[in-house]
Amino acid sequence: MNLPFTIKFEKRVEDIPKWLPAATSIGSVLIAFIVSGIILKIIGGQPLLVLKFFYEATFGSWATFSDTIVKATPLILVGLACAVAFKMKLWNIGAEGQFYIGAFAASLVVLIPMVSPDSPKIVVIGLMMLMGMLGGAIWGFFPGYLKARFQVNEIITTLMLNYVAVLWNNFWIFDKWSDGGFQMTPTFEKNAWLARVTDYAREYSAFIDEGGGLAKFLTSIGLDRISGMTLHVGVAFGIVAAVFMWWIFDRSRWGYEIKLIGDNPKAARYAGLNITRNIVLVMMVSGALAGLAGMSEITGVVHRLQERISPGYGFTGIIVAWLAKLNPFAVIIVAILFGALIVAGRELQPSGLASMLQGIILFMVISSDVLLRYKVKLVRTQTAVEAA
Amino acid sequence: MNLEIILHAGLATGTILLFAAIGEIFAERAGILNLGVEGMMLLGAMAGFSTSLATNNAWLGLVTAVLAGGVLSLAHGLVTIHFQADQVVSGLSLTFLGTGLALVFGEGLTGQTPPLIPSFDIPGLAAIPFIGPVFFENHSLLVYVGYLFTPLAWYYINRTRPGMHLRAVGEKPSAADTMGINVYRLRYFYVFVGGCLAGLAGATISLAVSPGWYSDQTTSGQGWIAVGLVIFAQWDPLKAALGGYLFGALRRGILDLQGPALLLGMTNPLYINSNFSFFLKMTPYILTILALVLGSRAAMKKRLGAPAALGVPYIRGERGL
Repeated sequence: MNLPFTIKFEKRVEDIPKWLPAATSIGSVLIAFIVSGIILKIIGGQPLLVLKFFYEATFGSWATFSDTIVKATPLILVGLACAVAFKMKLWNIGAEGQFYIGAFAASLVVLIPMVSPDSPKIVVIGLMMLMGMLGGAIWGFFPGYLKARFQVNEIITTLMLNYVAVLWNNFWIFDKWSDGGFQMTPTFEKNAWLARVTDYAREYSAFIDEGGGLAKFLTSIGLDRISGMTLHVGVAFGIVAAVFMWWIFDRSRWGYEIKLIGDNPKAARYAGLNITRNIVLVMMVSGALAGLAGMSEITGVVHRLQERISPGYGFTGIIVAWLAKLNPFAVIIVAILFGALIVAGRELQPSGLASMLQGIILFMVISSDVLLRYKVKLVRTQTAVEAA
Repeated sequence: MNLEIILHAGLATGTILLFAAIGEIFAERAGILNLGVEGMMLLGAMAGFSTSLATNNAWLGLVTAVLAGGVLSLAHGLVTIHFQADQVVSGLSLTFLGTGLALVFGEGLTGQTPPLIPSFDIPGLAAIPFIGPVFFENHSLLVYVGYLFTPLAWYYINRTRPGMHLRAVGEKPSAADTMGINVYRLRYFYVFVGGCLAGLAGATISLAVSPGWYSDQTTSGQGWIAVGLVIFAQWDPLKAALGGYLFGALRRGILDLQGPALLLGMTNPLYINSNFSFFLKMTPYILTILALVLGSRAAMKKRLGAPAALGVPYIRGERGL
């Protein structure tokens, strides 16, 4: 068959227009939704109903939006963890394991206990944050060291350590700290809980008169059910971490080194950069961020150490980082979208739908990258010109 | 703790790793790193299982599994070969996609019992003492296929003309191109072969060695272990098969440690507290890491390594490998 035109890829020589990366990301997500809808239709589902449900369950009201942000919180931190590693072309696929070990290490503060149970909240939470980050950093250190010292492929080691981390947690949950034989520890004391909107709302509800002006105002903007909001302060950790990572990437010398090593290891070596040390360091920072996510999840949401604290946050973080093109602020926005996907995914049938959608989105994103490197042109072929 | 039983089980579960790892060797020898093995395996396991269930024919299931893995791998081929996307990220997304598709289409398959690939003794050979019961008794057909397939794969890669082309495309695609070899076509072909073998590995689980559909627990990371095995085996099918069998046997042997009340004359801690089995379950993953460390050190010493063009997209007419 002779088409009247051919598609031609032309290498970009000039700079990429500023809007293009964002446009390709958004376009990819839209196409991924459409493709998933088609697959859903094939297996006999109703894509539009699912989409409507998706919207209502995630952004439909302040209460559901709060749920979405709660799920987005660990994703922001884990997304940042992946972004910092990927900047250096270190493929840390182990954020999931670092998340679990972070949660484990943070729980130690309460479960051993490391501080007396009636310590002020700030001490307990502060120590838990430190322990969570330390735990994650240690879990990132092993693959980093093996990579730096023996050139052991970090993709496989980080991945294997994910399985080890989950089993490690399970041993302690089942063997040492089981709450009456269940696969969870006893609930933490309140001084190990991150501040939640719902707790404050209860505390101050006395100030809001029933039927008074303030109550009417809150109702008018749909905030009357604020007492049910589980939004916790962990999201602030994520935002602070994003600003901090932005500063490292864009303003610090170390960030420049990371990028240089990632883009051109040879030049970095000639420039005298210590690649070995940076590999270990970046893996530890990456692990620490993922560990903090684990800490935020157990102190902000479940309030104890238990099995299955993550529905695959560590893996979703990979997609979040990539879709955000490793930009810390974009990570926040993408994390919210994927938080929504998790919220809706819990109730969507069949259960693998969210995972499939994630895979399709990531595929569309990396495919669309070709548009950043090449200009796609339609060229009229010779026969078409002659015919005209 | 019976050596015969442990080795027998090692050969059976090792066959899963063997197919997946040799498939990955084909793809990587052609210069394409495909980290989507886990996803392709799971999709293969699901496709084989459900087809066998629907058609009441295990052979059709096997064919579907192979094709499912192969077709999924073509997505990776398109994105990495034509769009020159990063092979690591594309492979990862293939795992997500394969896992997601398998879970969506595999909904409700748990607990069903489709016809399986038959197991049988090899007449004559099974009578040899020790060797017979370990190698030739009551194994699935696929295990025997593995015995034959491994040396054939080695011979194909190292001793035949198409095998030489395969290696050329993975080591120096520009030179291969000048010789008139179609680099793009060969890379697509071997990515497809790798996908088919990953699908076969999946069916080896769900239709033969440990039959059933347990959603994403069906593969439980074996695809990733296979990817690690390729590095340990230095891209050699014989070593990959050996590694797979050894791995399978070690895994079974360690699990069997839970059985006896006494171990080397001492009380067995695993017998008293079953929670220690969590540490036993870690061993395959820790073993993989150890194998990788050993493999990487050997590679550094002998200056052996990955195919030179592994992970590097080939762009015709541009400078590069």
